[in-house]
Amino acid sequence: MTQAQMPYSAEEQIKVDEFLAGATLFLGPDPEIMRNHKSAPRTPLEEELLSQPIDSDALDKVRKRIVAGLDEAYEMMEQTGAAPGAKWGDLTSAVYSAGGDLVHISSGGVLAFASVLHYPVRFINKYWASEPSVGIHDGDAFIHNDARYGNIHCTDQSIIMPVFHEGEIIAWVATVVHEGENGAKEPGGMPSSSESAFDDGLRMPPFKIFERGVLRRDLLTFLQNSVREPKLQYQDLKVKYYAALRIKERVLAVIDEVGRDTFVVSLRKSLEDVEAEARRRVSLVPDGTYRVNLWSDSTLRENLLLKYPCAITIKGEEMTIDWRGAAPQFLNRAFNSTLGTSKCGMNQGILAFLWPDLPRGISVMNSIEILTDPGSCLDPTDDAPLGQSLQGAFKAFAMTQALWSKLTFSCEEKFGAIIAPWFNQINTFLFGGITQHQEFVGNVCADLNGMGGGARAYSDGEHSMAPFFAAMADIGEQEIIEEDVPFMQLISKKIKRDNQAFGKYRGGMGYEMALAAKGTPFWGFATVSSGSKFPPTPGLFGGYGCPTLPLAKIKGVNVFDEMKNTPENWQFDFETLLNEQPIPGARYSTHHMGMALELANEGDIFMMCQGSGGGYGDVLERDPAEVMADIEAGYISGETAREIYFCVFDPETLAVNETATTQARDAERRARLERGRPYPDFIQDWVTEAPPEGIPYYGSWGDDNSMIHAVAWGAAGPIKLVAPMAQMPPIMLPDPKDLAILGLQAEIAALRATGAPSDA
Amino acid sequence: MRYVPMTEYLQIDLNDERWQCRRCHHDIASARENYKTGLLVYDRDPREIHRPLIDPEKYEFTFSPDPLWCRIVEFYCPGCGTMIEVEYLPPGHPPTYDMEIDIDALRAQKAGHGDDVVIPLGRDIPVNFSTKSSSQWEGGK
Repeated sequence: MTQAQMPYSAEEQIKVDEFLAGATLFLGPDPEIMRNHKSAPRTPLEEELLSQPIDSDALDKVRKRIVAGLDEAYEMMEQTGAAPGAKWGDLTSAVYSAGGDLVHISSGGVLAFASVLHYPVRFINKYWASEPSVGIHDGDAFIHNDARYGNIHCTDQSIIMPVFHEGEIIAWVATVVHEGENGAKEPGGMPSSSESAFDDGLRMPPFKIFERGVLRRDLLTFLQNSVREPKLQYQDLKVKYYAALRIKERVLAVIDEVGRDTFVVSLRKSLEDVEAEARRRVSLVPDGTYRVNLWSDSTLRENLLLKYPCAITIKGEEMTIDWRGAAPQFLNRAFNSTLGTSKCGMNQGILAFLWPDLPRGISVMNSIEILTDPGSCLDPTDDAPLGQSLQGAFKAFAMTQALWSKLTFSCEEKFGAIIAPWFNQINTFLFGGITQHQEFVGNVCADLNGMGGGARAYSDGEHSMAPFFAAMADIGEQEIIEEDVPFMQLISKKIKRDNQAFGKYRGGMGYEMALAAKGTPFWGFATVSSGSKFPPTPGLFGGYGCPTLPLAKIKGVNVFDEMKNTPENWQFDFETLLNEQPIPGARYSTHHMGMALELANEGDIFMMCQGSGGGYGDVLERDPAEVMADIEAGYISGETAREIYFCVFDPETLAVNETATTQARDAERRARLERGRPYPDFIQDWVTEAPPEGIPYYGSWGDDNSMIHAVAWGAAGPIKLVAPMAQMPPIMLPDPKDLAILGLQAEIAALRATGAPSDA
Repeated sequence: MRYVPMTEYLQIDLNDERWQCRRCHHDIASARENYKTGLLVYDRDPREIHRPLIDPEKYEFTFSPDPLWCRIVEFYCPGCGTMIEVEYLPPGHPPTYDMEIDIDALRAQKAGHGDDVVIPLGRDIPVNFSTKSSSQWEGGK
């Protein structure tokens, strides 16, 4: 053994460790923290206290007082927050153990936060507590937004505050709001055109913004200079800070009342009780493996197919969720979701729909193991852009919900409904520009909260009910919104006819909207959704999924002038406007649902629809009276009633001919038996070895999730690859505009070759 | 419990270890295999279900899925024609083996449960069904 290989003595090793700790170049996201979604084991203090008799009534009092305090803080933020997200419920508040295990969050707001907010607290405990230049003191508060250190996405900002009792940290509290604007490449905080992590705007690891109760004005000024809405940054910083202070007051009050020991035991027992109950509930599910494959059709900049496979294996009280085989990350696209964000999409399905009665702490996930391919879009590397950081979470949610009814249908004890998947895309507009009050703003419309609910095993889904991630969120009053921002909804909250997921029970439907800017020198809109070529939401047990949804534009005219001069041309209907094109001289077009900020001239119209939740069961079992009710309400056309639901009726009176309807449905069942092919015959003709030619496809193909198909772009253009994820080269895509220019240049060259005149 | 309802349209007969249709009691497949192997399958052009709501001659995106990217694969009961399952798949992608049940564990889990067990469909309102109807049908196949 050489001198260099000799182990250090214990004393020397301590010095080496101290040296290395002090010489760390960069405290990036810590994998030891970021890959652990479970609560920590008992501390020695908790072990000691839990070995003694426990007063269950006192523990329950602590739990209820904490949740009451969290709900109070939620209300404070919703009432006083400046961000649209705050006003409409895209926020939460949380209480943690001293070690950083999230124990409770507010009843309202975004439940998914329960799965990600522990990461930054663990970072603070691990790195800043003993760091001489930082430290943790009574009165401190840390700010944080970077999803790579634990957050859903970088448009959310949190305030994290230690709670000291007799000189020691006894708990942590936090408040978090979807603030919107964060200085990203595009206004509004979710840039679909983000091409690197440096386009994502503010990337705040947890750092101290209040020092012993005093605001660090120097840091605030830096933050205000980094975003487009400096007033918003300051106002909502105060909103979150004072809401966190209120929680801290409530926590200290209950400690004064019940004592430190009971408080500490309550937090730990809450974690352990939730884990025990979650494990019991998993054990009720029949053992086996349940699988679903979903696809997304967009990077938010171009259409391509991204696979999201999921296999849930139940063995006793253990659940393993396997996402291997998912599409690779893209190093210049914004749709990647961090592993923590993907997990929070999964846990949203559990907390909101499967076990909605459980307290919302991180230990609900203790019985769950999650398998991924590092480097996939569900588990990207730290250098991947996270402009939106939601598509993976949305699919993780949809996969969980699509499977859960299959897991639990036979269970004699249920905690939520058998339900088809909720709509899972944020079909809304982001906006940015100068308001009628001469302020620059960048944010998002609350219409994202108008998602259609999935059909249940016994009832239709609810229309434009709530986002899947926040049951108590709101869509806002348009007239109030128009006081703040210079655009109007010319069509607002009108259920889009035939935008329905069909079934025995149909999915809840989404509404259509048409926006136009007015009275602003500078304005633009953006969108960050997918699902224009491949439906984003599946059905359940023979029910159909939702339709695809386009973005539409009517440009080249000022609609406000048109409405003033020729009001008879205007139609309050998405479908009619596009099919009849009633405004002369306008340019009508449809697009996929990912649109980087596009400047809007006064009177340009941008239109889209919210989507439908999945349908449940065979369409031929739908009550004809319910079909007629949907016609009467304007939800479906007569054509849909006849051709999808096989109803025979009088189109004038909507009286159903029961006998003829039964005959039509029986005939359709016979037709199915005629056209349906035995499975082996079908498979022989249907299954291919690889994805279809001509479609840019990413992810596994078939059951083999070890091999990933991809199209990589290099200097020579696109190259098809099939390789394990670990061997996949970095995937980067060309700018769609560059491809369009190349196509146009080729056309010009071809025209020149034929001798045709060209201006180019 | 002999007949375990697994979905709206499928049950497992634990005695015979078979997947069965809950509408017509058609014997579909071994419960230790993919139930889809015993169903009829149809490749549906998605535009037939989600028809274009805006003119496909004028617009690229019309509310209809792109049939080159997405097909609707429908699974029918060979006995009664009930549509038991639907998958949205890229053309050529194998259907998913979605429910691979550990039959031995299921038998152990349901041992001692009677044939008139009430299974709830939700918690928000009391919607239950009994497995008794399946056992009453016993012998009728």
